Amino acid sequence: MNRFARLLDRLSYEPGRNNKLRLITGYFRETPDPDRGYALAALTGALSFRNAKAGLIRELIASRTDPELFALSYDYVGDLSETVALLWPADKRATNSPPPPTLTEVVATLNTLGKSELPAQLARWLDELDETGRWALLKLVTGGLRIGVSARLAKTAAAALGDKDAHDTELVWPGLAPPYLDLFAWLEGRADKPVNRDPAPFNPVMLAHAIEDSDFASLDPAAFAAEWKWDGIRIQAVSGRDENGDLVTRFYSRTGEDITGAFPDLVTAFREPAAIDGELLVLREGRVQTFNVLQQRLNRKSVTPKLIRDYPAHLRAYDLLSEGGKDLRELPLIERRKRLESFVAKLDDPRIDLSPQIAFKSWDGLAAARTDPSSAGAGDDTEAVEGVMLKRRDAPYVPGRPKGQWWKWKRDPHIIDAVLMYAQRGHGKRSSYYSDYTFGVWTKGDDGDMLVPVGKAYFGFTDEELIEIDRFVRRHTIERFGPVREVTHEPDQGLVLEVAFEGLARSTRHKSGVAMRFPRISRLRWDKPPRDADRLETLERMLKAEGEAVS
Amino acid sequence: MRAHDILMPGPGGLYCKPGDFYIDPVRPVARALITHGHSDHARAGHGHVLATQETLDMMRLRYGETFAGSTQAIGYGESVTIGKVTASFHPAGHVLGSAQIAVTCGKTRIVASGDYKDARDPTCMPFEIVPCDIFITEATFGLPVFRHGDAAGEIDKLLRSVALFPERAHIVGAYSLGKAQRVIALLREARHDAPIYLHGAMEKITRYYESRGIDLGDLRLAKGVAKADLAGTITLAPPSSLNEVWSRRFPDPVAAFASGWMRVRARARQRGVELPLVISDHADWDGLCATIAATGAGEIWVTHGQEDALVHWCKTKGLAARPLALVGYGDEDEENALPTTDTSSA
Ligand SMILES: [Zn+2]
Repeated sequence: MNRFARLLDRLSYEPGRNNKLRLITGYFRETPDPDRGYALAALTGALSFRNAKAGLIRELIASRTDPELFALSYDYVGDLSETVALLWPADKRATNSPPPPTLTEVVATLNTLGKSELPAQLARWLDELDETGRWALLKLVTGGLRIGVSARLAKTAAAALGDKDAHDTELVWPGLAPPYLDLFAWLEGRADKPVNRDPAPFNPVMLAHAIEDSDFASLDPAAFAAEWKWDGIRIQAVSGRDENGDLVTRFYSRTGEDITGAFPDLVTAFREPAAIDGELLVLREGRVQTFNVLQQRLNRKSVTPKLIRDYPAHLRAYDLLSEGGKDLRELPLIERRKRLESFVAKLDDPRIDLSPQIAFKSWDGLAAARTDPSSAGAGDDTEAVEGVMLKRRDAPYVPGRPKGQWWKWKRDPHIIDAVLMYAQRGHGKRSSYYSDYTFGVWTKGDDGDMLVPVGKAYFGFTDEELIEIDRFVRRHTIERFGPVREVTHEPDQGLVLEVAFEGLARSTRHKSGVAMRFPRISRLRWDKPPRDADRLETLERMLKAEGEAVS
Repeated sequence: MRAHDILMPGPGGLYCKPGDFYIDPVRPVARALITHGHSDHARAGHGHVLATQETLDMMRLRYGETFAGSTQAIGYGESVTIGKVTASFHPAGHVLGSAQIAVTCGKTRIVASGDYKDARDPTCMPFEIVPCDIFITEATFGLPVFRHGDAAGEIDKLLRSVALFPERAHIVGAYSLGKAQRVIALLREARHDAPIYLHGAMEKITRYYESRGIDLGDLRLAKGVAKADLAGTITLAPPSSLNEVWSRRFPDPVAAFASGWMRVRARARQRGVELPLVISDHADWDGLCATIAATGAGEIWVTHGQEDALVHWCKTKGLAARPLALVGYGDEDEENALPTTDTSSA
């Protein structure tokens, strides 16, 4: 575990992709099986055990330290796992105590451990590990292992062990499971290439680039097909026959996570071996619901009959990767589309339909459709349209983000000017900056205009802007509440933030009555006096235009 | 006489009324006693300065011959009578020549420790416990998350990185006075015998260390060396130069930083550090607590740093403790740093 921890520690500071690859490959080379396999699993997100909650970690540290010293330390460090790792009292056990656990031991134990045994086990490990080990362990068990390494990068690093291409590992990956003994044996030339035996394996997904205005000039509209970009979650529905001839159906997230268990109501819609790429949506009376509604269906521990009834799952299909066991990914998009159309027609199930293509002749025409989807075929589902997708008609289905094949073109985000009201210190990297901002807009109060908070944002700005806002906050604090500072927000004194967001919904939890989706700071308006910021009425109007989504 | 009639904090620094002098004053005064050569403690323009020979030499190097009206050198363990008090100087283990100043008046002894560390340092005299009634302690790393561990382990981490990336240059950000020479000395102890390169700003002070009998091996200026020749080498540079144009003369440099602050990830990342090295010239939390207990002082005054936590700890141990609201002392590592937290800039 300490060796894996040192790798994570080093990776967390290393900005360069190639240097990250070298660090990971170096680790794979030096670390024996099965530890390196579990490390690969941890880096690719393939480990699944019950995560420990932050509350448990707090209880553990409370039993070992003075609460006041913990509070001061946490406030300073800003990250719970790191604070606990640093604060945990030094090892005072006998010198012949057991050695620190290996990563394999940690993973194996977590997989079988009962919930009630977890606290004592964690405390034991924290005693045994060094600081970096404690930090890595806590990140691992709380599910917060974010160190800037994608699953793709980790697989590429593994591939490099055998001078293989990342693509080679991706293709065999679906049938593999931690600790990947067969993969490492193949990469080190000790065994044949692993065979993918899963009857319904995940196919690494093809992703799109965000399109910029300047890209259009070099693109020929005739070479592209366009579809709506739906505001749901992208899934891959794969069906295949196992050795008994029974049909196995699995749903995967775009990262390959098996999420079949969350949608039992959709599984029965599949009757033939195939792999469909599509959008998971909630449909009521044939109408696509907003992402807010879909969210009610996600993140639930158990899927109850009532949940299924109230939030019926639906698949809107846009691509066919295989059919009847035949891989179609090398075919051009137009060919796959034809087969998809006939496959969906053959299934003839109300829970599955086709994502329609948008007819357009020029980029201007498509821009008009994107601005007003309802008049371009999206009809009642306009609310659930996030933008449009452009796909080259002759493009094969290539895992990853190949250049120039698929593009996403989002609808313009909503923008308002709001006034900074409160700022809070960030966490982690930003623990020494005021980086979480609550902003408000004007509304009529009992005595004249007043600002009412409408949202909170903590990203969108550059590092330079962060420093500027932080300086503004420190110089214009009028009140402090713990980690929060209230800053000057008068009609002629204060900071105006241009806030971009994805959508609006009514909210009873917010004093203003509205809630924003994905708000972010798009610009600092030092030039604008707060009195010229937007009013709540503007948001009300936008909300009406959005068709009164309820959250 | 009560303690704060002997020494009291004021806007100019710690003032001793019965001796009419200041310790580490932050503005020009008639008579100053200086603990050590760092710029936030040793300022120019005082009438008379009493300090160790090394501290006086460092002030002369930084400010020129006319840094004070007159000077007087004092050795460790020596004492002088000034007005109604006696002042004596004792090793602080912080940097070459650094001292704690004990002020005795009648039966009461107050020790102003300046900056100190109880960890091993091959470039200066080890810290010495001075029994006293009141101990004035710094609190730069006055939080229990700061445990500095063994500096040799961090040097090992640096050398392992040099071995892993032989085509890259390693630039170690370190404060020019003290930290840089300690890192070099530790590298030599770890048998790294290759030439070590210096940023120009470090040359004068490093050569001064050598002139005091501290062997630092083959040192060269990075200036003028061909880029390719810097692959696989280690260069010491002021922390602020890590992200400057200056660093572009190195092949794909790894930005390392030797500082106690490197214990906290956010601090390291904020500065774009890729290889944090936890090497500190200040006592860590355990060092602060152990030192406070060992002095036998019944009252603790806490200054510059994380006063709250240390004052709280003292009280849980039954010691009278209070923060001294002294301003003007920062952590020397923070020169030219990004905006810092409230707590550390206080
Ligand atoms: Zn100092």
